Amino acid sequence: MRENASTGETLLALMAILAPLSIASIGGAMGIYAPLQHEAVTVKQWITPQEFLDLFAVARFLPGPSSIIGAMIGMKVAGLTGAIVAMLALYVPSSALCYGMARVWNEGQGKAWNVALRRGLTPIAAGLIMAGVLALFQLSGGKLLTGAVLLGAAALLTWKSKMHPFPILFGGAIIFEAAWLMGLID
Amino acid sequence: MSEATATPAQKVSLLAIYKVFFSIGVMSFGGGLVPWMQREIITLRGWMKDEDFLPGVALAQILPGVNSTNLAVFIGQKLRGLAGAGVALTGMLTGPFLVMIAATATYQVFIDYKPLQVAMTGIAAAAIGMILRTGVSAVKASLDSVLSIAVMLATFIAIGVLKWPLIQVVAVMVPLSVAAAWPRGGASGKPDKDREKHNA
Repeated sequence: MRENASTGETLLALMAILAPLSIASIGGAMGIYAPLQHEAVTVKQWITPQEFLDLFAVARFLPGPSSIIGAMIGMKVAGLTGAIVAMLALYVPSSALCYGMARVWNEGQGKAWNVALRRGLTPIAAGLIMAGVLALFQLSGGKLLTGAVLLGAAALLTWKSKMHPFPILFGGAIIFEAAWLMGLID
Repeated sequence: MSEATATPAQKVSLLAIYKVFFSIGVMSFGGGLVPWMQREIITLRGWMKDEDFLPGVALAQILPGVNSTNLAVFIGQKLRGLAGAGVALTGMLTGPFLVMIAATATYQVFIDYKPLQVAMTGIAAAAIGMILRTGVSAVKASLDSVLSIAVMLATFIAIGVLKWPLIQVVAVMVPLSVAAAWPRGGASGKPDKDREKHNA
C-alpha cells in the first residue's frame, strides 16, 4: 500500500506547513500567502505558480476567510481528506489560543484590568476597522463607483440597522453590472 | 425592557449559535464579517452588548489567526464556554468549506467569466460599506476622552496610512491606551464602569 503511505506523508506535510501558519498569521490572512506559496509551489511542488494564482483569485470570491486557499491546496494534493486536514491545521491552533484568551477575558468581567482593557481596546478597534476600510478600498482599485457604493451601503445600514445585508450586497452587484454594461467601468 | 433579553445569564442554545454562525459564514463575501456578527448577535438578538463586542473585535485582530474565526470563538466562549466556541467556529466554517470544495473542483470553468468578476467587485464594494458602518459605531464609542480619540487616530494613521506592521503598532498602543483607561480611585476595588462613564 505505497499509495496510502505517501498520502499519509502528504497529510503530515500539509499539517506541518499549515499549523504554524495558523499561529503566525497575525493581522489576518494576508500574511500567509508568501510562506504558503513558497512551501506549496517551490519546496513541495504540489501545484504550479499559475495554479496558485488561480486559486488565489478564486479564494477571493468565495465566502469565508481567504486563508481557505490552504484547504484548496490540500484538496488538490490529497482530495477531500487533504481538505479536511488542511482546515483543521489552519483553524484549530489559532482558535485554541483565542479560546484561552477569551476565557480569561470573559471571566474577568467587572475587574479593574478588564474594564481598563475593554475601554482601552475600543479606540484601537475603531482605528483598526477604519484602517481596514481604507485598505480594502485601495485594494479594490479605489474607483469612484466603489466609493459611492460603499458610502451608500454604509448610509443605508445606518438608516436601517436591522436591514438584511443581502439586498445591500446584491444592489452593489447590480450597480456594478449596469455600469459595466454601459461601459463606465472595465 | 430590552435589558432583560440582553442579560448574558440567559442561556443561548448551541443550535441557535450554530445557525447564526452558519448563516454568517455563508454570506461572508468580501471579508466583511464583523458587521454581520454585530447585526446578528447584538442588533437582532441582543445576546451581547456593543461594549462587550468591540473589545472582542480588537482582541480578535490582535491575536494570531483569522479575525472572523477568532471573533466567532470569542462570542461563542462568552455565550456558552468551550462548546459555544467550538460550535460557533464549526458553524462559521461549514458553509465556506463546502463552497470551497465545489469551487476547487470546478473553478477552471468560471474563472475568466467577466460578468461574474464585475458582480463580485460590486459585492465587495457594498461589503466595505458595511464595515464602514461598524467602524463608525466603534468611532462613536471611542469619543469619550481626548486620549481615546488620540489612540484611535494614531492607530488608524499608523496602520491605514503609513502601513506600519500591526504587531509593533499594537505593542505600543495597547499598554498606552489600557493604562489611560484604568479606572481611577480604588485599584483593587470593584469599579463601576457606568459610574466611571458618567463621571467622565
